Amino acid sequence: MKRSRNNAPRTIPKAKTGITGLDDITLGGFPAGRPTLICGGAGAGKTMLAAEFIIRGATEFNEPGVFVMFEENAEELSDNVRSLGFDLDDLVARGLVSLDHVHIERSEIEETGQYDLEGLFIRLGHAIETVGAKRIVLDTLEALFAGLPNHAILRAELRRLFRWLKDRGMTAVITGERGEQTLTRYGLEEYVADCVILLDNRVNEQISTRRLRIVKYRGSSHGTNEYPFLIGKNGISVMPITSLGLDHDASNERVSTGIPRLDDMLAGNGVYRGSSILVSGTPGTGKSSIGSFFAAAACKRGEKALLFSYEESAKQLIRNMRSIGLDLGPFERKGLLKIHSARPTLQGLEQHLVAMHDEVMEFDPTVVVVDPISNLTLEHEESEMKPTLMRLIDLLKKKGITALFTSLTTGKGESVIETSEVGVSSLMDTWLLLRNVEYNGERNRTIFVLKSRGMGHSNQVREFVMTDHGIDLVDVYLGSDRVLTGTARVAQEEKEKAAAELQKKNHERRLRDLSHKKTAIDAQIAILRATASAEEEEVRFINSQEDLQAETLVKNTERMRTIRGGANKAATDAGRKK
Amino acid sequence: MAKEVAKKKSSAARGSSEYQLRLYVAGQTVKSRAALENLNRICETHLAGRYRIEVIDLLVNPKLAAGDQILAVPTLVRHLPEPIKKIIGDLSNEERVLVGLDVQPLE
Repeated sequence: MKRSRNNAPRTIPKAKTGITGLDDITLGGFPAGRPTLICGGAGAGKTMLAAEFIIRGATEFNEPGVFVMFEENAEELSDNVRSLGFDLDDLVARGLVSLDHVHIERSEIEETGQYDLEGLFIRLGHAIETVGAKRIVLDTLEALFAGLPNHAILRAELRRLFRWLKDRGMTAVITGERGEQTLTRYGLEEYVADCVILLDNRVNEQISTRRLRIVKYRGSSHGTNEYPFLIGKNGISVMPITSLGLDHDASNERVSTGIPRLDDMLAGNGVYRGSSILVSGTPGTGKSSIGSFFAAAACKRGEKALLFSYEESAKQLIRNMRSIGLDLGPFERKGLLKIHSARPTLQGLEQHLVAMHDEVMEFDPTVVVVDPISNLTLEHEESEMKPTLMRLIDLLKKKGITALFTSLTTGKGESVIETSEVGVSSLMDTWLLLRNVEYNGERNRTIFVLKSRGMGHSNQVREFVMTDHGIDLVDVYLGSDRVLTGTARVAQEEKEKAAAELQKKNHERRLRDLSHKKTAIDAQIAILRATASAEEEEVRFINSQEDLQAETLVKNTERMRTIRGGANKAATDAGRKK
Repeated sequence: MAKEVAKKKSSAARGSSEYQLRLYVAGQTVKSRAALENLNRICETHLAGRYRIEVIDLLVNPKLAAGDQILAVPTLVRHLPEPIKKIIGDLSNEERVLVGLDVQPLE
């Protein structure tokens, strides 16, 4: 409904209030030249809002103003606004603001016959002319109802008053006490039809939160939500809820998380600039350490980092980080790092948000770490957490600030850890989950990337090791049945190493045996070969002997035949004899 | 400073008046004329010789409205005797004016 702000014609002229955030949700301020009603209960901040409207008008927009008080006197008002850092007396002295205390004491007044409130008109007119006022505040007009008995006359005169103010083109702010059923106790809203703003101060869980809502704004679109606001040291701040929609830029630049191995898990380059990162885990999983490293990485790049610490004081955090090899001190001294420590219970979630907003605006960092967000709200107020965080993330994204939020999760089962974050996780671009793994008599930290929008990221579980020289992520042992970490991982690694060693030795031995055997066989072969050749010689020798004998025998036979004379007979005989 | 249409009956004779009254009006309207007439009549009747009236026209002197915290006109302010009393309206009800001024009516 608010998208049309760019091209819609400006419906009615508006007077800027100069109040942080209020001009955003009213899309430019209060209706100029018309009355605006601010109503709310006692202590809702009506007078402060009205006073700031006048003061900022006089100082920032060159519109002098008149502040007509029906309840406080000028001195009290000056004191009250001084606490917001405004010097009202100075503005009065410079002729930019006129204060008029209208006091009615019912007990002093007797009423007889006809009268009108021309006296009030004359006073207002005089004050307006004195400073050349463009703005006027009537705080609280309802005091008239208590002071003047004839309400018929009063109502008629009020109607005339608003007409009169409009005729003079006065941008008027009228405050009114909240009634039982109606917006104001005496129905002032019936006269002020142009713009009605309701202030509310609600106490929830012993923590009060101020809220503002535009009930109506004739002739203009406006934010319709309830917006929390804070009366801080710089006046009033209203936090618009995502009033600008989702139209922030998306940077392609990557920034390091400060932990190289974690960057590796996030596609090797870290996270996108301007994205938001959630680090959740049970107590003692190392969330704060990751946050600190993240902030330190920005400082090392020469950028400014703002760290909101809601668990540790700045000094304690610096000391503790030193124990894991991270010295934040120099960054802080150089003005690159600012640690904002506060007790979460100091104020409500919204006030924290406004405080954060102020800090972010003042320090102008590129990296913001909130440690932890979960402490900012009491546990069962999860539903409130989301819109608040959305507002914060919106602000940070709009400014292109990379933000890291840590979140403490409780619960035993693994599923509980993940579901309890669902409320805020959808707002986050990257979600790192830290988990304690208890096994084998020890606890070890593991980390994995649950999601990371717009980048390929590792699906691996890493062991998260904190040493005195920083954070390291170690590959876990992925065994056949479970993930091993810590000493179990080390033991497993040792075991494997030993087994490998043994195997190597076995190999060597086998090879040695083989060569020995080979040598032995070679020797045997040599022996056998020698034997064979010896036998061969023997056989040859015998053969040659036998050949020689046979030759000799043939020679002898022939000689004998010759000697006997009949070769055939002698040969046969000789054969038979043998 | 103020436009004085005062009737100083016997104030010179007695030194200071017992009743010091101031009537605030805004121009010569029907109501303001009626108020002044009524006031004069009542004072003459019940406080003869003991009063002093000062009439202030806020259209002429708007600054003076803040001093006596004037909102309604006409307003009659009794400065003396203490405490300060205010009566708003055209003073048409004599009885109430006397109650307002804390004056015992003369029979």
